[in-house]
Order: sequence, then C-alpha cells, then structure tokens
Amino acid sequence: MYRYIWLVPLLPLIGAAINGLLGRRFSFSEKLIGGIAVGSVALSFLISIAAVYSYGFSNQSIWPNTYVTSQFKYNWIPGGAVRITQGSKERISAAAIQEAERQRAALPPEERSKPVSVLTSDSEAPRSSILNVEWSYQLDPLSSIFMLIVTGVGLCIFVFATGYMHGDSGFYRFFAYMGLFMFMMLVLVMGSNFLMMFVGWEGVGLCSYLLIGYYFDRQEAADASRKAFITNRIGDFGFALAVFAVIATFGTSQYTDVITQAKSYPIEIIGHWGIMSWIALGLFIGACGKSAQLPLHVWLPDAMAGPTPVSALIHAATMVTAGLYMVTRTNVIFQHSQTMMLVVALVGAATAIFAATIGITQNDIKKVLAYSTVSQLGFMFMACGVGAFVIGIFHVMTHAFFKALMFLGAGSVIHGLHHEQDLRRMGGLKKYMPYTYWTFLAGWLAICGIIPFSGFWSKDEILWSAASTNYVPVGWLVWLVGTIAATGTAFYMTRLVAMTFWGKEKFRETHEHTPGHESHTADHSTPKHHAHIPQESPKSMWIPLVALAVLATIGGFVGVGPAWKFITRTEHPGKRMNIVNFMDPIIWNPSTREFGKGGEGSKQEAVGSGQEAGGRAISSPEAASAEARSGGAENPAPYGKTGFNLAHAAAGKLGSETATEWLFIIISLLAAGIGIGLGWLFYVKDTRLPDLWAARLRPLYEASYNKYRVDEFYGWAITRRTMDAARAVFAFDSKVVDGAVNGSAWLTRLSSRISGGFDKYVVDGIVNTIAAFVIRLMSPLIRAAQTGLAPNYALVMVIGLVVAVAMFFASDIVKAVKAIFAIAF
Amino acid sequence: MTNLFTPALLFLLQESGGGRLTLAWDKVQHPDLSKFLVIGALLFIIGVAGVLTRRNIIVIFMSVELILNAANLNFIAFSRYLQDTGNPNALAGQVFTVFIIVVAAAEAAIGLGIVIALYRNKETIWMDEIDLLKW
Repeated sequence: MYRYIWLVPLLPLIGAAINGLLGRRFSFSEKLIGGIAVGSVALSFLISIAAVYSYGFSNQSIWPNTYVTSQFKYNWIPGGAVRITQGSKERISAAAIQEAERQRAALPPEERSKPVSVLTSDSEAPRSSILNVEWSYQLDPLSSIFMLIVTGVGLCIFVFATGYMHGDSGFYRFFAYMGLFMFMMLVLVMGSNFLMMFVGWEGVGLCSYLLIGYYFDRQEAADASRKAFITNRIGDFGFALAVFAVIATFGTSQYTDVITQAKSYPIEIIGHWGIMSWIALGLFIGACGKSAQLPLHVWLPDAMAGPTPVSALIHAATMVTAGLYMVTRTNVIFQHSQTMMLVVALVGAATAIFAATIGITQNDIKKVLAYSTVSQLGFMFMACGVGAFVIGIFHVMTHAFFKALMFLGAGSVIHGLHHEQDLRRMGGLKKYMPYTYWTFLAGWLAICGIIPFSGFWSKDEILWSAASTNYVPVGWLVWLVGTIAATGTAFYMTRLVAMTFWGKEKFRETHEHTPGHESHTADHSTPKHHAHIPQESPKSMWIPLVALAVLATIGGFVGVGPAWKFITRTEHPGKRMNIVNFMDPIIWNPSTREFGKGGEGSKQEAVGSGQEAGGRAISSPEAASAEARSGGAENPAPYGKTGFNLAHAAAGKLGSETATEWLFIIISLLAAGIGIGLGWLFYVKDTRLPDLWAARLRPLYEASYNKYRVDEFYGWAITRRTMDAARAVFAFDSKVVDGAVNGSAWLTRLSSRISGGFDKYVVDGIVNTIAAFVIRLMSPLIRAAQTGLAPNYALVMVIGLVVAVAMFFASDIVKAVKAIFAIAF
Repeated sequence: MTNLFTPALLFLLQESGGGRLTLAWDKVQHPDLSKFLVIGALLFIIGVAGVLTRRNIIVIFMSVELILNAANLNFIAFSRYLQDTGNPNALAGQVFTVFIIVVAAAEAAIGLGIVIALYRNKETIWMDEIDLLKW
C-alpha cells in the first residue's frame, strides 16, 4: 500500500484545481465545493493511514528502511556536473575521526573543548558529481508522522471550515487555496530531496500569504499577508543558501545520499565553525522564519488576520512546524555542530519565554493563541537543540492536536459571538456553547500539561531532556527557562478559558460595533446579530472539535516516557507504536556515529545492569569515559564534557535516575498547577487582581502588552531605514543618474548647436564663396557661347566636321601639302 | 526603257559618229567617278555656305536640300561605279537615295510647318531674329 503514497499529495491538488478553476465559472454550490475539498483530503488521509500501516506495522513492513517511490519518479531537474568544492577537506575517514577523538581524550580536561585537527592522507581533492534531482516521495518514520498530522488534522479543519466559512462569497477560493496548501505541505514533508522541500517550503509560504490575505479588502489583512511573506523571505534566503551549500558539499540533494555522506564528517564542537555549522546555520535561519522563532517571529501574530481555520491549519498545526520537520530531517547535520545545537536550544528557550510573557496580556483571543503557538514552537526547538529530536516531533504532534483544537474552539466562539474576538467582551459562554466549552477544556488541560492529557507527555519529556542533556553546555538554563515558560503558559491559558467561558456574561454590554475582524456578509443579515446572544455552532463545526479533543486527550500515550517503566515494564512501551521507538532509526547518534540506537543497543540492554538498563549503545571507547556516565545519564556525552548538568547533579544527590525523573515530573506538574492556580486566582476568584498587579508592575505590563515593542523596533530599525535607503537611492537616481542622463542630453544639444552653426556659417560659407566666385568668373564665357542662333550652332557643327575630316585625312593632307611644295619650289 | 532601246541607240551612234560617238556614248554610259564627286562636293559646299550665311529660313531649307542632294549624288555615283566593277551590292546606294528623298520630303513638310508656326508667333522668318534656343 505504501507504493501509492504519491496519491496523497496529488488528491488535494486535484480537488483544489477543480474548485479553483471551475468553482466560480460553474458557480458550484457550497455543498459541492466542500464535498470535493473534504473528500479529497479524507481520501488522502485514508491512503496515508494505509500507507503508514503497511510501511511500519504490517507483515510486509520495511520499517527502519526508507522507502522512496520509484514507479512515479522522474528526473525533475536533469542535472549537470557539480564540482564539489566545499567540504572536501573536512571529509575525513572514520579512522581519522577516531584518531582525533583519541588525541582529544589524551588532552588535559580543561583543553578538551578545543578542536583537534588531524591531517590524513586520504583527504580527497575536489570531486565532481552529476546532480540529478528527481521528483519522488519518501516514506520514512518522520514523513509518516507528518503525513498523518497534516492529513488528519487537516481533515478535521476542512470539515470545520465548511461550517465556519458558510455564506462567504469566496467559498470556492478559500477551499482552492486550502487544497493547494495541503498539496504543498505534503510535498514539503514527503519529498525525497532538499529541492522538493524547498518547493513545498515556498509553496506553503505562498498559500499562507494568500490565506492571510483572504479578506484582501481589509487593510489589516493585506498588511499582515505582506508582512508574513516578507519575513519568510528572510528565512528562505538562509534556507536557499543552505541548500546550495548542501549541493556544493555533497553533490546531491537526495536526503538518503546526503545523510549517509554527512555521517562520516567530523563533529564540530563549540568554537569550531566548519561546513556543517554553516549549513546548519542556514537551515536554522530558514526554520526561524517559517516557525516564527525569535528574531523572525513577528509575522505569526499578525497572521491571525486570516480566517480562523487557516490560523488553525497553517499557523498552528502544520506549516509553522515545517521548521521542526526540516531540523529533524537534517538532524545529522545539526548534530555535527554543537554550536548550532546550542543556538537552536537557546533560541527555542528564548522564544518560549518571550512569547509566553506576551501572551499573558493580550486581549484578542486569536492573538493569545498565536503567541502561545510561538511559545510552543520554542519548546519544540528547545527539544531539538538539546538533542531530543524525537521529543520535538512528538510535541509537534500533540501541539497539532491541542492547538488546532483550541484555534477551532476559538473560531467556534468567534462564530457564535458574530465575530467578536476581544476577550473582554466574552465570558460565561459555558452555558451557551457546551460542546465548544468541553472540548476547549481538553485543549486547555493538554497545553497546561496536566497528567493524562497529551501535552503533558511531550512537554515533560522536553523539560527532562533539557535538564539531562549532554549535547549542549547550559541545559539547566534551558530547563529553567522552559519551566518558567510552562508556568506562564498555564497562567495565560487559564486566563483565556476564564475570560471566555467562565465569569460574567460581558457580551450583553453594549458597545459600538467595530467593523469586524472577520466579517461575513451572510451572518450580518440575521436579526440576532445585534442582540449578541451566543449560540452553539453547527454540527459540522463541533464534530471536528470532538475528534480533536479525543486526540488531544489520548494522543500523548504514544510517547510515554522512560519514567513510567515501573508501570509499563519497559522504557518506551508499545514497541513501534511508541513514537520514540518508531522515529529512532532516523536520528543520528553522535556517540555511535550510526542512526538510531543500533542493533548492539538491544544487546547492551540485555546485559545492562539495574539502573542503567536501556542505556544506549556504547561502541566507541572514548565515549565510555567515566564522566559521560556520571549521574546515570541515558546518553554518553557525544561532544565531551558540557559543564554543569542539572539532572546528573540531582541524580547524584538522589542516587537514582528514576527518582530524578520523578522529581522533574513533579516539578513540571507543579509548574502547571501554579500557573493554573494563579490564573484561577486572578481571573475567577478575585477579578480585581489583574488590574491591581498591572498597575503595580506597570513597566513590565506595558512591555508585555506592547509585545516588547519589537514591531516598533523593526519598523524603526528596518522598515524606516529601508525606506530611508530607498529614498536616498531614489534621490540619487533622480538627481545623479537622471541628472547625468539629462546632462548628457543637454550636452548633446549644445554640441549639435555648435557643430550646426559651424556647418551652416563656416563650411557652407566657404563652399558658397568659392562656388559663387568660380561661377561668376566663368559664366560670361559660357553664356557668350550660347547665342541661341541656329546658324552659329550650324557653324560649330561644320567646323567640327571639317576638323574631323582633317584629322581623318591628316596624313594625306600632309602628303598633299608636301607634294604641292615640292612641285612649287 | 534603257534595256529596250539601248541596242538600237548603240547601233545608231556607231553608224553615225564613225566610232567617236560610240566612244563618247561609252563615256556617257560609264562616266568618270571623280567628276561626280567633284560636283557632289561643290553642291555640298554651296549647301553649307547657304545654311551658314543666309538669314531666310526658307533659303536655309533649300540649302539643306542641296546638302542632301549632294549626298544623293555621291550615293548614285558610287552605286554606278560599283555596278561597273561588278559588285553585287551596288544597288544599296540607289536604295539609300530613295530613302533620303523620302526623308527629305517629310522633313520639308515638318520644317515648313514649323516655319509657319514660327511666323505666326514671331512674325519673322529671319534667323538672326530668332534666338529662342538660347533659353
């Protein structure tokens, strides 16, 4: 069945093409358009399930191996020769790497962080290769997970959108864009090479632009769409450079080839910027743009100007996680560069805390969710940065469930309140919108990290990975920031729920109707509009909510962590059904220099003793140093010592790894509890408190409310400077360049006038003078010859005749004259 | 005519002149070429002098006729001369003469027409008063 995965992207594209090209001309009904769109996505989803099942779980499973479609592949970009200029020197054999690590181990401990260079005989001269880029789809654990998320969550959102967009004049257009988005997203996650990823990357950026600007008649939406597009361009620039670097280094863009080649490159520890670090930097800039990480996060909150299903699908569940997909896909490159791992972890942590603090003070329900999304994406990058790529992807999955659920719930609230998005005008909706309320509660508990809900499993694993990491130096800081951010998350999510569903019914208060955030013409005609009595959304909207609520509740059980092995009897229960076990084969292990735990890992596990049962494979002798094992770490240190390690220190105190894990679980639950409790205290128990504390912490409140003025700063530092530069360039153009052009024209005119005058007066004058002189001189002679009298002409003729005859008979005449003279004298 | 009467005429001249007439007749029949050429040249010179010196257009026309006839005389003379020497192309001269006569007739017709038109406009036929060719 997995042979048919090429159908998965194709079906939404066909649906989008039918809707987009024919929907308007033949004025399809909403039922037909919705049916085509939902049907195509549903079919894709079914094929995805069947494909993933047959790939990973059936009898013919080829699970750890990568499957690349062959029956449908063709040479997309028939290549030319690529001269591999980059990285040839770094391409050192495994023996050389071992030699380098042996030298490093021999150094005194304080010098071990310095890079060691080994000259080897087999460093090759620049090679060349033929670059052939094929259009083929790849099925492996990572793309399986993403296929299921994209089509599954996408299906729920499509169904929701048929209800939400009811009555909109651009119904066909909306579903055409959404279908196109599905196609592009699936190309992104299923493509088998970097260029296909790039096509999908740009394609989802385009669809995001189109859908944010869906209400293109509103200035705010148009501005937001441009902002998103331009901000993404910055990231895409880095991504494109990284793709070029990949091609220049490895001579191919196919993941499988790149990954097998990259395996043998030397690891670049902190302070060493080799080719892998540069590639990873470019890729991470791309990921920052697409996944709204700290310097480039500004577009995502503004993107909420699009319709709510778009926010749920693109700006929460799928597109913004493309950065995570890319980082995980290229984890072998990232793990070669400890610097970039640290950068990823720190940027993720900074984004998490930064967005969480902004989320606390926002009043627009969708803005709160948007900052929450940014914050959660920060958590995911944090996980990747500390080496727990699988956990990052696990959080992508659970986040897709609960955040899509919350966005759709918010959409349902907005729909029920006739396009009211301000939290301060909600409240008490529990009574009016029961389905929305109960499903929203599931999402709320999940994102706060309460125990059986999905968010708990992934978020707790992230924090544990951060605390126990030995990939990067400052894991404890990352953990601390993450925990504070998680508390903040619980707080503002409780605030959101309290202000929306609990408390006083503030929607009854009269207020001037601001021309809406999302204006649907059809709904405005209903008489109930101005009464603002909320109503439960139709079936097509709450059924997807229920489906997502179920997933948000139980979806986390595929990733039950090692701390629970006293119940589950095994580190990751469920064998392949566990996401960690399932995904592990694509994660490179810098200690063993192989993918996954490796075959010997399980052997080791059998002989492993008590506490360290399930310790990862330790094949390289240098990694087996005592310090790497100290504190009972799960991983041996792949980059040498990384400084203070919180989990190891705690384990040293407690004397047990399991106890340490439990300690961290309790801490993370406590953080969530504190957040929820504070939220309850502020927004349910005593509603005077928020204003009080806002007044007390005025500067902080202002900073958070104004989003730390990042937009203003960018506007001042970048937009304004760009405009200044543009004006300067324009001035240069209009003054200097145009001046030069006009000046040359003026000069030409001047010189032509001079040369014209010279010609007219000097040259012509000379000619006229000479000619007139000659003619004046000669004309009397010539004129005298012209008498006009015929006899004169006749005389000339006769004279001519005589002369002619005389010349003809010249010799005879001379003879005759001589003869006469002879006779006479 | 010549062919019918020539034998009789020859007989009569022989009997009556005692041979001298016959000789003279023979001379008449076969005259000396140079005399004709001299007469032709004289006619030509008279014609040219007429054209160059006379003022009256009519006289000039007549002089032109003289020139043409001088040429005709030459043609005839050479034709006869060649006939005597047995040249088969001797008749060409006579054909030319006929042509020239015809052309001269046509030219006279046109020329006199021009003269009449000229007289009507200028009221003169004196050549030294007509200098229109100057312009």
